[in-house]
Amino acid sequence: MNIIEIKNLTKKYGEKFAVDDISFEVIEGEIFGFLGPNGAGKTTTINILCTLLQPTSGIASISGYDVTNDRDNVRNSIGIVFQDPSLDGDLTGEENLRFHGMAYNIPKQIREERITYLLEMVDLYDKKDELTKNYSGGMKRRLEIARGLLHHPKVLFLDEPTIGLDPQTRNRIWEHIRELQEKKGITIFLTTHYMEEAENCNRIAIIDHGKIIALDTPENLKKDLKGDLITLKTSDNEKANEVLKTCFSLNPYIKDDSIYVYADNGENFVPKLFRALRNYEITSVSVRKPTLNDVFIKLTGREIREETMGGVGRMREMTRGR
Amino acid sequence: MMLNAVYIIWLRELKKFVRDRSRLVSSIAQPLIWLLLIGTGFGATFGKVGDLQYIQFMFPGILVMTLLFSSMFSAISIIWDREFGFLKEMLVAPISRTSIAIGKAVGGASRSTIQGLIILVFSPLIGINITLGKFLMVVPLMFFISFTISGIGIIIAARMESFEGFNLIINFIIMPMFLLSGAIFPISNLPSWLSVVVNINPLSYGVDIMRWVMTGVTERGPAFDLMVLSLVCIFTTTISVYLFSKGK
Repeated sequence: MNIIEIKNLTKKYGEKFAVDDISFEVIEGEIFGFLGPNGAGKTTTINILCTLLQPTSGIASISGYDVTNDRDNVRNSIGIVFQDPSLDGDLTGEENLRFHGMAYNIPKQIREERITYLLEMVDLYDKKDELTKNYSGGMKRRLEIARGLLHHPKVLFLDEPTIGLDPQTRNRIWEHIRELQEKKGITIFLTTHYMEEAENCNRIAIIDHGKIIALDTPENLKKDLKGDLITLKTSDNEKANEVLKTCFSLNPYIKDDSIYVYADNGENFVPKLFRALRNYEITSVSVRKPTLNDVFIKLTGREIREETMGGVGRMREMTRGR
Repeated sequence: MMLNAVYIIWLRELKKFVRDRSRLVSSIAQPLIWLLLIGTGFGATFGKVGDLQYIQFMFPGILVMTLLFSSMFSAISIIWDREFGFLKEMLVAPISRTSIAIGKAVGGASRSTIQGLIILVFSPLIGINITLGKFLMVVPLMFFISFTISGIGIIIAARMESFEGFNLIINFIIMPMFLLSGAIFPISNLPSWLSVVVNINPLSYGVDIMRWVMTGVTERGPAFDLMVLSLVCIFTTTISVYLFSKGK
């Protein structure tokens, strides 16, 4: 069953399309990843789904409720963790949850039970009486997840839930997310630009320049790349590239100072490749399974984190460090 | 449902108010310093205003000043809520934006009234006797004036995205509103250009009616004051709710 349905959704700012005619469905109970570089339209889409923004055209519904005409029902059906913290720093952790529970009209006794339960779930029970301005980034995020769950939403939206957190905290947040899906059957809609995290999703949609350019399970998306990714450096990349095209009828491409090529059974292919390139000096070669990052590069011709990393130099540095 | 939403926004304002001791102290120290320094200083020059000692004339004005600053600051805290993200939490909750705006105004008015009450404690020292009858008029009046000012504050905050304009608001809205309200000098014998400015300043009607309740002295008559204030209150509340519902 589809819990979220989006049809021809468009959001324009002046002449610029932030979201450009997107349509897709999210199935009840899945972890759905919304993947794309910064500025691709992820947050705009989430804000429309959360009733914070009006779409220019198109329709979106959550659990059967239209996001523009049936706001209160939508708001009762969803929980949200925004990209930026949205806690009241002058209230304690417990008070932040209590405010939320009151705003969602949860009867007092149930509210207090759930607050205790959720604070324990996210390991913040000991800190419940501390002002949240004294919380660390990870604690804030965990409290926000607890808050988003307090009114038992059908869908939990997580906008970049792990951005700016250290790897340990990120893993912990992910444990919570998986637990929620498995034990509570909550649908989770999350945005991220961390490719490794997207692998945890049941299905992912890749969005770029406001358009959905791919939507499938991570496995299927990678399958589309057919085979293994072989990366090699030679004394003459241009010529070696030509040889690969003509001898094996493959589609290699050069990026920075390496040649990239996808081939079936990479381990068996490498010896053949060496024979074909015997006239050129091969300085390095690697074979690996493609990742979602490779899927993204294949689809858009660029790295997902270019925009976030800033200068090309830093991007190179990252590629090299891998 | 609507009342419940107003109540929780109000509750949050009060909770934060009680917790923020340093702001409470400074917001009470400020009017006391005005009373002590300006009251004594001007009093030595002016002597009397009509039948009142200068400091007695000034006291209701300073009380209204307390309400002005307190209400403005709490309404403008919407900018803080926006900056620190909490506004979003309120906006995605199943509560109407109208109740958020009203809750903010009621919360601000409550804080201001409490601060006003603390200043009111000093009235016997000034020689103003607050009888039970006066008290029962002063308290709702403080709330009413504060609620009206909160509306103005929300109108300002509804469109402000950052703190940058904050000093501008203090220097070009709050201070002139206070200085030109008749709080520290009588408004009857002003040159006509200044008189116009004073007359369009809603706070001047609040000062006049407050002075009438506390000392019996009025320059415009309490009925007229109350009528103008009521109109302003309806106007600012309507506009603030409208702007807040339209805002992002």
